[in-house]
Amino acid sequence: MKEYQTITEISGPLVFVETDEPIGYDEIVEIETADGQKRRGQVLDSAADHVAIQVFEGTEGIDRDSSVTFLGETMKMPVTEDLLGRVLDGSGNPIDDGPDIVPDDRRDIVGEAINPVSREYPEDFIQTGVSAIDGMNTLVRGQKLPIFSGSGLPHNDLALQIARQAAVPEEEEGGEGSEFAVIFGAMGITAEEANEFMDDFERTGALERSVVFMNLANDPAVERTITPRLALTTAEYLAFDEGYHVLVILTDMTNYCEALREIGAAREEVPGRRGYPGYMYTDLAQLYERAGRIRGQDGSITQIPILTMPSDDITHPIPDLTGYITEGQILVDRDLNSQGVQPPVNVLPSLSRLMDDGIGEGLTRGDHGGVSDQLYAAYAEGEDLRDLVNIVGREALSERDNKYLDFAEAFEETFVEQGYDTNRDIEDTLEIGWDLLSMLPKAELNRVDEDYIEQYYVEDVEAEVTAD
Amino acid sequence: MSQATDTTVREDGVIDSVSGPVVTARDLDAKMNDVVYVGEEGLMGEVIEIEGNITTIQVYEETSGVSPGEPVESTGAPLSVDLGPGMLDSIYDGVQRPLDVLEEKMGSAFLDRGVDAPGIDLEKTWEFEPEVSEGDAVEPGDVVGSVPETPSIDHKVMVPPGSEGGEVTAVESGELTVEEAVVELDSGEEIQMRQEWPVRQERPTVDKQTPTEPLTSGQRILDGLFPLAKGGTAAIPGPFGSGKTVTQQSLAKFADADIVVYIGCGERGNEMTEVIEDFPELPDPQTGNALMARTCLIANTSNMPVAARESCVYTGITIAEYYRDMGYDVALMADSTSRWAEAMREISSRLEEMPGEEGYPAYLAARLSAFYERAGYFENINGTEGSISVIGAVSPPGGDFSEPVTQNTLRIVKTFWALDSDLAERRHFPAINWNESYSLYRDQLDPWFEDNVADDWSEQRQWAIDVLDEDGELQEVVQLVGKDALPEDQQLTLEIARYLKEAWLQQNALHDVDRYCPPEKTYRILGAIKTLNDEAFDALDAGVPIEEITDIDAAPRLNRIGTTPDDEVEEFVDDLESEIAEQLRSLY
Repeated sequence: MKEYQTITEISGPLVFVETDEPIGYDEIVEIETADGQKRRGQVLDSAADHVAIQVFEGTEGIDRDSSVTFLGETMKMPVTEDLLGRVLDGSGNPIDDGPDIVPDDRRDIVGEAINPVSREYPEDFIQTGVSAIDGMNTLVRGQKLPIFSGSGLPHNDLALQIARQAAVPEEEEGGEGSEFAVIFGAMGITAEEANEFMDDFERTGALERSVVFMNLANDPAVERTITPRLALTTAEYLAFDEGYHVLVILTDMTNYCEALREIGAAREEVPGRRGYPGYMYTDLAQLYERAGRIRGQDGSITQIPILTMPSDDITHPIPDLTGYITEGQILVDRDLNSQGVQPPVNVLPSLSRLMDDGIGEGLTRGDHGGVSDQLYAAYAEGEDLRDLVNIVGREALSERDNKYLDFAEAFEETFVEQGYDTNRDIEDTLEIGWDLLSMLPKAELNRVDEDYIEQYYVEDVEAEVTAD
Repeated sequence: MSQATDTTVREDGVIDSVSGPVVTARDLDAKMNDVVYVGEEGLMGEVIEIEGNITTIQVYEETSGVSPGEPVESTGAPLSVDLGPGMLDSIYDGVQRPLDVLEEKMGSAFLDRGVDAPGIDLEKTWEFEPEVSEGDAVEPGDVVGSVPETPSIDHKVMVPPGSEGGEVTAVESGELTVEEAVVELDSGEEIQMRQEWPVRQERPTVDKQTPTEPLTSGQRILDGLFPLAKGGTAAIPGPFGSGKTVTQQSLAKFADADIVVYIGCGERGNEMTEVIEDFPELPDPQTGNALMARTCLIANTSNMPVAARESCVYTGITIAEYYRDMGYDVALMADSTSRWAEAMREISSRLEEMPGEEGYPAYLAARLSAFYERAGYFENINGTEGSISVIGAVSPPGGDFSEPVTQNTLRIVKTFWALDSDLAERRHFPAINWNESYSLYRDQLDPWFEDNVADDWSEQRQWAIDVLDEDGELQEVVQLVGKDALPEDQQLTLEIARYLKEAWLQQNALHDVDRYCPPEKTYRILGAIKTLNDEAFDALDAGVPIEEITDIDAAPRLNRIGTTPDDEVEEFVDDLESEIAEQLRSLY
């Protein structure tokens, strides 16, 4: 390992060094400042006689006399089952005063793509206990389903509720099947938010089956680009070597993308939309695609990344590119939140692409698909009518339209609203769904099979529900 | 990829710099677009720029840990694919490496690098049946025999386009591998079942013709309103969640093409897995055999190397051209062309080229149009006719159709299926917006529909379009004053339009029956709605109040025709039509 003292330029998070031997692309570098501080970085560009290094922990205090050591390998994460219950910083070092970690293996954090022929299609229903998700946007094992939120919205409460309640059916039946683990990767969240998560983990005892990676708001921004990779490398180990069903929560992806932009700008790259690098799609895909199941393996990785949409704009590059990669999205809505609906999930723009294969006879219940479609259509119609009511008033509307308006209201108040501590099983969720659908005349239910209408439609429910 | 012919002459160079998928090499003697092997691990790459002594290479695999000074070898040949029996029922990555073979070779579910595999199995034998005999004269493109490749497809073995042709001096038959000679010519040339072709070069044809036959898709809104021709081009742009992939997959399943080439370009891994799991089980509606028997899959998921994403569309279309040369109708789906364009942008920005609009390279439009021009209805050099229909999904950022990829695509394609997030939100699928979409093939395809389905096909369609147009205008008024403020005849039009949308335009891709709707059924459903329309307006004219008309209980049954099995449709619709007439006439 050769030591260099040949730094030629320091610019933002980047350090340029002259070298006299070839340095591998992506290799890890250690920089020692004059006062003995050590920083780690990674080679971003490698030419015959010089390299560009991105420093994870910030370039403060580095001068041209600092010494640079190339470690001759790419970034690795030490992995072991003993990581469960541990709290690590954004670079993977323990910060919980626990014992040293003795790794079983050291894994490359970039990870390799899963061969599409080796994947198993995800179709095991995960019951989150949240009606808006279970009923309308079902999560399945091996899916990547982000939460799209905005600043000041309770996305963390929702994520915690899911992590708490996400039981997989076989676990409930006891014994058999794989164990459940949570990996929590925090990127640039505030210490208060971090405390909220940690308190909840400790209160519910979830910490024992969790690995926590913490990069807080005042930690170096560039470190955020490796935190999710460390988290996912750990997840892959637990899922595909140890057979766990791993739920990975990554928050907040917006901060991750900001860090990417910062590096791109420092390298003077040609920017893409809104200054984000042109390769952001590929970069994000390399994170999100590390979810899934593999044929012949017990474990799985389910991802719930959380991102806050700048000014609630879903067309902003971060939610936009995310939506193109992930298998749907759960949208947290500002209006519903101000109405006090908990969790304020707006089901209309939400979507779970893997839902159709995870529900139905033998998985959840035969009528699930039809009920969900019908609820969607009816709620969308009710929503449309609300605009009209503002102009012409309720009296000007037909009886049919009024029914849809009542329906939309009741849907928000009884189906979506449930509180962060209520855990509804799928039967409850569907039952509430049928109560709501029964507010509408039978003839309007064109998305549900006639047999199910016979079986589940509740006659004379109208008075009952509207009276609530 | 093609690598069976081991090129012995290799010129060595040395890596100069590495930046992501772009590597430069010194002292490498290579031509533009030559395939090179980079570094100690032999990662596959392609030459994309030559400047003085420095050659720039895009590498098709992850470059972590590769350092300057490592060797670079040139093969001296451009990126090519292996063409021959065995491509159907296969799944390849972007440079035609079979993914199942890679899994076996790597012994892992994760894609390692530096592993190579031929595009077609060189060991496997095929039952070759000759169609020429000694003394026959053959020319390039001529069929010399055939091989039963899958239950659905007879693979024609052709004289390669580069051959000089000549007189047949020897003919083999029976079980042979793809590299053994099946026919020998007097020039000494041996014809094998396998040929190679550079992916960026179009395979030769005689002539391009105007397409007159539809590529029926089994999707009512497509066949009924916006048909695509065999040999035509179509674009499906839409924001995420609007159903691009579901539409592409429905087309791959039900389009009446002989061969389907499905390219998953920079999309989700699980989606490709779904195709891999579903297609072997689903029957092809034309032949009844498994769908995989007519399908070639190319999967380059979003986390696979970006340079291979750039090449996968070319790999796909070259395979499509090869089957077209045999006289087959090929349908190619590319999901999504935006990812391909983004791969171009990424490579271009690493080359520090001057960017065009939104950072895309200035040659974006040229590349897109050159790709879509490889579609068409062709007269092949062997005298047969074949077609390639290209259906490209586009993923515009933020669903904004004014972005460069959508706009440049629309300048080329003749069918436009605009997906709409509003429709998707209310679960109206396929979420194709009937006001924005268009098909320029409508007129040239009408004669076919009139001959094969019904005489008044185009008139009935025009009626549907008129109602939907009027509905669009009326909806704007309704938004302001409410439905009940409209005159009764307009209220009735809204009601009819509602049935058009719910019973005709909507189609459930997940329902066993409804997912495939033959053109005859498309016609009958529309006819039934028109019957309701005509009878209802008669009743209205006779003074029956609108509430009574819309209240008849036969009308909602229109929504059930879609899910009625094909062999019961005739009877169901006949009954329904007479019942509608009866119920309405009883009101006056």
